[in-house]
Amino acid sequence: MSARTRPITTTEGTRPFAFSEAALAECRALMARYPEGRSKSALIPILHIAQAENDGWLSVNAMDAVAGVLGLQRIEVYEVASFYSMFNLHPVGTYVLDVCRTTPCMLRGSDDVIAHLERKLGVHCGGTTADGMFTLKGVECLGSCGTAPMLQCGAHYHEDLTIERADALIDELRARNSRTNYTDR
Amino acid sequence: MGRQLLFEHINTPGIRGLEGYRANGGYRSVEKALRTMSPEAVVEEVKASGLRGRGGAGFPTGMKWSFLAKPPGVPRYLVVNADESEPGTFKDRYLMERIPHLMIEGMITSSFALGANTSYIYIRGEYFYVARILEQAVAEARAAGWLGRNILGSGFDHEIHVQVGAGAYICGEETALLESLEGKRGNPRIKPPFPAVKGLYGCPTVVNNVETIAAVVPIVNDGGAEYAKIGVGRSTGTKLISAGGNIKRPGVYEIELGLSCDEFINSDEYCGGVDGRAFKAVVPGGSSVPIVPYELFLRTAAGEPRLMSYESLADGGFVSGTMLGSGGFYAYNDAQCIVRSTWNHTRFYHHESCGQCSPCREGTGWMEKVLERLEHGEGRTEDIDLLWDIQRKIEGNTICPLGDAAAWPVASAIRHFREEFEYHVRFPQKVKDPKHFAKEPFVRNANFATA
Repeated sequence: MSARTRPITTTEGTRPFAFSEAALAECRALMARYPEGRSKSALIPILHIAQAENDGWLSVNAMDAVAGVLGLQRIEVYEVASFYSMFNLHPVGTYVLDVCRTTPCMLRGSDDVIAHLERKLGVHCGGTTADGMFTLKGVECLGSCGTAPMLQCGAHYHEDLTIERADALIDELRARNSRTNYTDR
Repeated sequence: MGRQLLFEHINTPGIRGLEGYRANGGYRSVEKALRTMSPEAVVEEVKASGLRGRGGAGFPTGMKWSFLAKPPGVPRYLVVNADESEPGTFKDRYLMERIPHLMIEGMITSSFALGANTSYIYIRGEYFYVARILEQAVAEARAAGWLGRNILGSGFDHEIHVQVGAGAYICGEETALLESLEGKRGNPRIKPPFPAVKGLYGCPTVVNNVETIAAVVPIVNDGGAEYAKIGVGRSTGTKLISAGGNIKRPGVYEIELGLSCDEFINSDEYCGGVDGRAFKAVVPGGSSVPIVPYELFLRTAAGEPRLMSYESLADGGFVSGTMLGSGGFYAYNDAQCIVRSTWNHTRFYHHESCGQCSPCREGTGWMEKVLERLEHGEGRTEDIDLLWDIQRKIEGNTICPLGDAAAWPVASAIRHFREEFEYHVRFPQKVKDPKHFAKEPFVRNANFATA
């Protein structure tokens, strides 16, 4: 199976999902950017909004709501959501740490940063800490090779990482304890 | 330092905002094109400049533009490829983040030339914060009348939208990008038809890289002939190089094409030489181009000094040359292991394969597995030939170039560093430690006798 086909979650998170009024207004504005009959183009931006409003992941309920807003078949939403790596198809922690592990980062020590974070957080890449605070993800090149190693948390890039800086970041995030998401909403 | 066409004002305070950008000569190309030139004349300047696509393929931009079909009553689109995902490449992010109006100006001038009234910036989802900077810059430009209806009273209307992706390297391939922009999985399309005939929503579309579109600004301002004076041979103008890996001064550099490779990697004006004991290998154009030993980066097989240009880096073909690609440059010091790096490259391509074509979908996964066991000292002698065989069967047998891009790093690593692969098979205990060469660098022709 290709790495690009990931199962969606049907058993976890049956919590109902509904867009906020502000999000619905944003969705409608997005859909208006495309020519007549081409509002499906707004699917990926709207999935980002849905994910931000659903604690950082896309449940089936959230994806079905997206299908409702866009007037699409549900499968059209599932097949897209399962293709793109930024869409989380399982519940995630308050913070998702996307640590770049691709070659240019590897040359500058990303393996050490990842190993350190795995030890410190007590999870492997892909896992979430028992307290639900951190999800650690190993991701592919984030376009920050000159300031490697680095990780992304929400919309923010944390660059030129050292073991000390990674520790300080974890402490800071833990103290702040407020969810971040890619859209920075 | 060579001429700085894109980076001239990159560090000027206030350049990110419209006011600061305008105060430093911004939007002159829009004024010049819309007030004094015909769309065809703008295309001619771009042709005369010799500008080649800066995303990696190096296809002549003016020629690409001239292929754009113009059936009456059908809208045409310009789509800027800001998906920047080629490992080693971070120049477009730097440009968009620091001087967003330069690309927007280039988009307006280019769209005028192409007769496109709507253009889209497709930016990778991870660059969300950059998308916010672009959205703000677009709003500023619209408020000041650089976008909207009847720009500068010319009768030309133009609107720009910023579209974010969601994490998929393949969406940097132009037809996958268009699929994604239409709200679908990023599966590349079979070509022909090319986007110039049937692109976004089935309409004629030009897809250009961020840097390519930014370069249109100095080309229109100063003339294509002036731009073509910079560089060497068919490599005209300047190129942004994202420099990383084991060098002293990582960062983005604007170089005049034709700069000597030795000067680029060793001078304090650019990379500043090796961070570590000694250079071992170089990937000069993003992870998809062949890796070459340091000596072959400095000099061609014939002993000629190598230059940072499309032709010189490719001199020797795949036997002894490589490619300029996207300018995603990274260098290896002698603590690095080529097998480990090749495993890492291959894991990337396996992860990013869209899954449409069997040779790529399956082959990248097989190569990843074989390389993983080699790196961990569990390889077999026949694994090296097996890898060679798999990459041969991927190359050229897929819809899009991702298959080739996955094959070339493996082929070049085996071609130039075969001994290192053999070492992993023969001395499994020595490679158990992931930092095996950090402690004891691999010396070609030597380790076999002493190990």
